Amino acid sequence: MAQLDTGDSGGGKKGGKVRSKKQNSSVDLTAMVDLAFLLITFFMLTTSLSKPQSMDLGMPDKDDKNPQEIKIAQERTMNILIGPDNKVKTYMGQLDSPVEPLKDNKYGREGIRKDIQQKMVSVPQLMGDPKKGLIVLIKAHKESTYKNLVDVLDEMAISKVPVYAIVDITKEETALFDN
Amino acid sequence: MAKVKMSKKATAIDMTAMCDVAFLLLTFFILTATAKQPEPLPVETPSSTVQVKLPDTDLAIITIGDSGKVFFGVKAPEVRLRTLEAIADEYKISFTEEEKKRFSLMEEFGVPVNQLRTLINLSAAERNQKGLQVGIPHDSLNNQLEKWVKAARNANAEVNEKQLNFAIKGDAKEQYPEIKKIMDILQEQKVNKFNLVTGLRSDNF
Repeated sequence: MAQLDTGDSGGGKKGGKVRSKKQNSSVDLTAMVDLAFLLITFFMLTTSLSKPQSMDLGMPDKDDKNPQEIKIAQERTMNILIGPDNKVKTYMGQLDSPVEPLKDNKYGREGIRKDIQQKMVSVPQLMGDPKKGLIVLIKAHKESTYKNLVDVLDEMAISKVPVYAIVDITKEETALFDN
Repeated sequence: MAKVKMSKKATAIDMTAMCDVAFLLLTFFILTATAKQPEPLPVETPSSTVQVKLPDTDLAIITIGDSGKVFFGVKAPEVRLRTLEAIADEYKISFTEEEKKRFSLMEEFGVPVNQLRTLINLSAAERNQKGLQVGIPHDSLNNQLEKWVKAARNANAEVNEKQLNFAIKGDAKEQYPEIKKIMDILQEQKVNKFNLVTGLRSDNF
């Protein structure tokens, strides 16, 4: 490594001549370069990461005057009820005559995602048409949090559910969380 | 036997050029980095795995936090200015040029229209005091948020000749009906597509 060498190399006095000291001009820059690169790394990472992520959400056109009735097969619909206190319940089909009965579910890989991914495969097989995939209806209870909603929307994105909608919760479904 | 002599190489490398480059890059990154503005309503966004970046331009952000307080902000200063002028017309308030200029430098705000002038005349540090800004009224009797949204859309169409995108930045602990209210206000104006601002996480949860 380069070093500051200030020791005189001439050694001893010779004839009483005043000699100017030879100074080594090279400075050790290693530490400085280290520091500079550290800062570069920091600024590079923070500039690209500080931009917030976002999630696209498209809602259907709201038309109160002539509401459209869309008929869909009950075998294809999965209902996700988002409840208070991070509770979540799912069922297939209609509430009064469900194709698959209501059950308590939980967020994350082991809970809701497993079910969705299983249905993603089984529904097109059942319908006999690869275009008729799963439809998920998301119904949020009025005491559920925004985080729960985003969690469920995130599950949709992870499992790549082709059709999903945020729907108003019915009274009967709200009552399910009352006990 | 002849001895093979290893040629001695100097271990010291000239670092000057490397140092120059490093500092050049450092300067570049420092200058391009945008300083984070302090927010009047800090919210903790929920996280998601979706890696879509929020658009930079033509964007308005509606922040919801602190049990239903709503803040509104437009990215481009010129659009902010036009929005304020439209709102001033709507509510018959006049702002001086100085006040308009100060408003166009505000990242986001959350006060009813009648308190707007007081807010504009405060310093940046005073504005961000906790609890000073009470949120924009958005109930059915006094729906000022709707007016702001409309004004901002018109202003953006006028200035940039583009559609304004809306982002909803909600606090993770916010109740769903509060978010729903905002979505309804946007949907009433046929804004059916919006971005939800989220943090990032892996899908391994």
